[in-house]
Amino acid sequence: MIRVDNLNIHFGQGARAFAAARDISFFVESGESFGLVGESGSGKTTVLRALAGLLDGVARVSGDMVVAGERLERRRSKSFRRQVQMVFQDPYGSLHPRHTVDQILSEPARIHRMDDIQGRVLTALEEVGLDRSFRFRFPHQISGGQRQRVAVARALITQPRIILLDEPTSALDVSVQAEVLNLLVRLRRERGLTYILVSHNLAVVSHMCNRLAVMQQGRILETLEVARLRDGTPDQAYTRALLLASQGYDRAAADSVDLLDRP
Amino acid sequence: MASSDRLLQVHNLSVSFDTPRGEVNAVRGISFDLGREKLGIVGESGSGKSQTGRAILGLTGPGSRVTADRLEFDGINLLNADQATLRRVRGARISMIMQDPKFSLNPVMSVGRQIEEAYLVHTRANRREARERTLSMLASVQIRNPERVYDAYPHEVSGGMGQRVMIAMMMIPEPDIIIADEPTSALDVTVQLQVLAILDDMVSRRGMGLMFISHDLNLVASFCDRVLVMYAGRVVEVCEASQLHHAQHPYTRGLIGCLPSVSHPHEVLAVLDRDPEWATAPSAADP
Amino acid sequence: MPATESQGLRAWLMSDAPASAWQARAQRIYLSWRVFARNPIAMTGLFIVGGLIVMAILAPWITHSSGLDPVLDERLQPWSAQHWLGTDELGRDIYDRIVWGSRITLYIVALVGIIVVPLGLLIGTLAGYMGGVVDNVLMRITDIFLAFPRLILALAFVATLGRGLENAILAIALTTWSPYARIARAEALTIRNSEFILAARVAGASTLGILLRHVVPLCASSVIVRLTLDMAGIILTAAGLGFLGLGAQPPTPEWGAMISSGRQFLLDQWWVPTVPGIAIFIVSLGFNLLGDGLRDVLDPKREGG
Repeated sequence: MIRVDNLNIHFGQGARAFAAARDISFFVESGESFGLVGESGSGKTTVLRALAGLLDGVARVSGDMVVAGERLERRRSKSFRRQVQMVFQDPYGSLHPRHTVDQILSEPARIHRMDDIQGRVLTALEEVGLDRSFRFRFPHQISGGQRQRVAVARALITQPRIILLDEPTSALDVSVQAEVLNLLVRLRRERGLTYILVSHNLAVVSHMCNRLAVMQQGRILETLEVARLRDGTPDQAYTRALLLASQGYDRAAADSVDLLDRP
Repeated sequence: MASSDRLLQVHNLSVSFDTPRGEVNAVRGISFDLGREKLGIVGESGSGKSQTGRAILGLTGPGSRVTADRLEFDGINLLNADQATLRRVRGARISMIMQDPKFSLNPVMSVGRQIEEAYLVHTRANRREARERTLSMLASVQIRNPERVYDAYPHEVSGGMGQRVMIAMMMIPEPDIIIADEPTSALDVTVQLQVLAILDDMVSRRGMGLMFISHDLNLVASFCDRVLVMYAGRVVEVCEASQLHHAQHPYTRGLIGCLPSVSHPHEVLAVLDRDPEWATAPSAADP
Repeated sequence: MPATESQGLRAWLMSDAPASAWQARAQRIYLSWRVFARNPIAMTGLFIVGGLIVMAILAPWITHSSGLDPVLDERLQPWSAQHWLGTDELGRDIYDRIVWGSRITLYIVALVGIIVVPLGLLIGTLAGYMGGVVDNVLMRITDIFLAFPRLILALAFVATLGRGLENAILAIALTTWSPYARIARAEALTIRNSEFILAARVAGASTLGILLRHVVPLCASSVIVRLTLDMAGIILTAAGLGFLGLGAQPPTPEWGAMISSGRQFLLDQWWVPTVPGIAIFIVSLGFNLLGDGLRDVLDPKREGG
C-alpha cells in the first residue's frame, strides 16, 4: 500500500543544510498499522509530513514514495488527497479556532465536491461517538478529547484508505487517550484502514501497530514486529533502552542507559 | 511519622479562582503531610495537582484565593507570613522545578551566572565561593564538563541538560523541600530516566522532602515513596507507591486500567467511567 | 410575556449545543458583546462613534441651515440660544457646520477603511503565507511606502493628483496601508505553520482557498483593530490636509478646513477654530477607545468567551 525507498530530507541551504531524514526505506501492507517510533529530533514527524506532501517549499525531499500504486510527484494528485488523510498531535491547534465543527468537517467534502455534505458530516460525527449537539460548537467549547474526535471525523469525511497519525494522543490525559485509541482501533477494523502512527510512546505503538520502525537522528535503526518488542528481544541496544525507559523509573536502569550529554 | 520529620503540614487546603464565569474551585479541602520522602501527586489535567504545589509557595497568581486551616512549614505559617519571611522561605528552603527549563531560565544570562545568583541571594558567600559551589553543583548533576556549561546560554543546552541545570539551581541553596511540577514531561524517556536518577540521589543523600507532581502513574509508582491521587480538586486516595497497582479507589484503578502496555496487550483498552460521587466524596485522610 | 421571552433568548444565546450555524454565530457575537460591554472605556468609545453616526444621519433634521450660505450680518457671534456654538467669519452657524461636517468625517473614515483594509490584508497575507520571493518583493514595496512620513507623502500625492476631498482620501489611503500589510503578514506567518492549515492542505485545499477561508479571516481582526486605533491619525491627517488647504475646499464644512479658516480669529473669537478642534479631539478619542475595546474582544489568541 505504501512503499518508501531511500527517502532523504534536507532543511536549509548550503553550509547550514541539515539532514532530517537519511536513507529511509519502509513499506506498509494494505490494512496494516505501522509505527514510527523515536525521540524528539529523530525525524519521525518529518518523514510523515514528507509522505503527506507538507514539506513542499520547506525542505528538499528526494527518494521514491509509492502510495496505492501511485508514484508520488511533487504535487499530490486529487485522488491522493482524497485517499490519504492525517490526524495531528495538538487537538487545540489542528482545528480552526473560528470555525464550527460543522464547517471543519464539511471543508474536505466541499473541496472534493462530494454530494450530501450534511449527511456525511452527521455520519462522521456519529462514527467518532459525538452526538448531533456538537455540530455547531466551536473548538473552544469542547474538551481536548472531543476535539481529537472531531479531527478524526475530519480525516474520515473523504472516505480515505490511509490515515497518517502524528502523535494523536500525546496531548491527552490517559483516560481520554484510551478512548481515542479504542476509536482508532475500531475504525481501522471496520473500514480496513491503513495507519502509519508516529509516536514516542512505545506502549501506544505496541497497542496500535503490527510492525514498527525505530528512528534515531534521522535514520531507521531497525524495523521489527511488535511481538519482538513484547518479548524484549529487539536487536538494537537503543531500542532496548527505549523499552526499559518506557517502563517507569528504575535506578539500575538509569545507570545502564548511558546517553548523557548527547548533543 | 514523628512530628520532627514533618517538614510540611497541609490541612484543609483550598484554592479557588475568580473567572468571568464565576468561581472555580481548583483544590477543595485537601490535607497531607510531607516528610523527608518522595511524595507523588498524580492526577489528570484539571485535578488541581499543580495548583496544590503552587499554593504552598504562594504562586497561584492573581485572581486566586488560597485558604487552609493549616499550611505550616518548620513552624512558619505560610498563609499569613509577611512578604519578607516568604521570600526567605521561597528558593532558600522550598524551591520549585517547573516543566520546561526553556521558560524558567533567563535567556540572556549564562547558565552558570544564574545558578550563582540563586546561591548569592540566599547566602553571604562571595563571587569566588559562589562560582566554585556552582561548578561543583553542575558536576553533581552529572554534567561532565561543568566549566563549559557554566559559560553556556540556555539556548545552547539541550532539554535534558537544561533540566539538570534547573535542578542544580534549585538545589544549590540546599532547600528542605523541592516541589517538582512535571519536571521530566518535556524530556525524552531515556533522558527522563537520567534526570530522575539525579533528583533521586540528591533528595535521598540530603534528606529532603520532594513533592513530585505528575500525570504519569507508572512513573510515580516506580519513582516515589508515597502517592496522593487527586481528582477534581480532592485527594481520592493515598497509598504507598509500591502498592499503587493494587489501589482501592475505582478512579485510581480506572486510570491504571486504561494505560496501554507493551507487555500486556489488550485488544480494547478499558475506559474510565467517571462516577460523579468521586468529585463530591470527602478527601481521603492522610494516614 | 416579555420576561420569559428574554430569558428564552438568553438561554438560546448561552446554550451549550447550538442547533444551527446561525445560532452558533449569534452566540459568538453575543459573547463578544458581553466582553465588550463590561469594559466602560470601550463603551464610551462606542457611544462617541455611535453618536457621530447618528449625528451624520440626522443632520437634515437637527440643523437650521446647510451651513454653507454666508449670513454676513451675523458674523462672529458668540454662543447664544440661536447659535449654540456661535457663528464663523461668514456668519454661518458653527453648530450646523459641525453637524454637516460629521458626514465628511465619516465619509473619509469609511473610504479610507474600504481601501486600506483589503489592500493591506491582500498584500500582507499573500506575503506571509507564500513566503520566499513573493514575500520579499511585496515587503520591499511596503517598506518604500513605510519609509515616508505619512503627511509628507500625502502632501506629495495631493500635489500630484490635485486638491480636493477625494484626492485627499486617496492620498491618505495610499500612505496608510503599509503598516496593515505588515500586521497581516506577521499574523499570516504564525498562522501558516498551524496544524489546522496543514490539515486543510492534507484535505487538498488550494492555496487561494486556504488564504481566503483560513488566513484572511484570522488576520482581519487585528487589522480592523489597528484601523480603529489609527482612525484618530487618519482624521487628523485629513484635518491637516484640510488645514493646509489641500483637502476639502471651501465652503465644505470639513473640520480641519474650519480650523484653518478660523485660526485668524483665535484671539478675539476663540470659539471659531476651537469648536471644530474639540470635535476632532472627541471623535479621535472615541475611535481610540473603541479600538482598545475591540482589541480585547477580537484578539484571536483569546480563547473562549
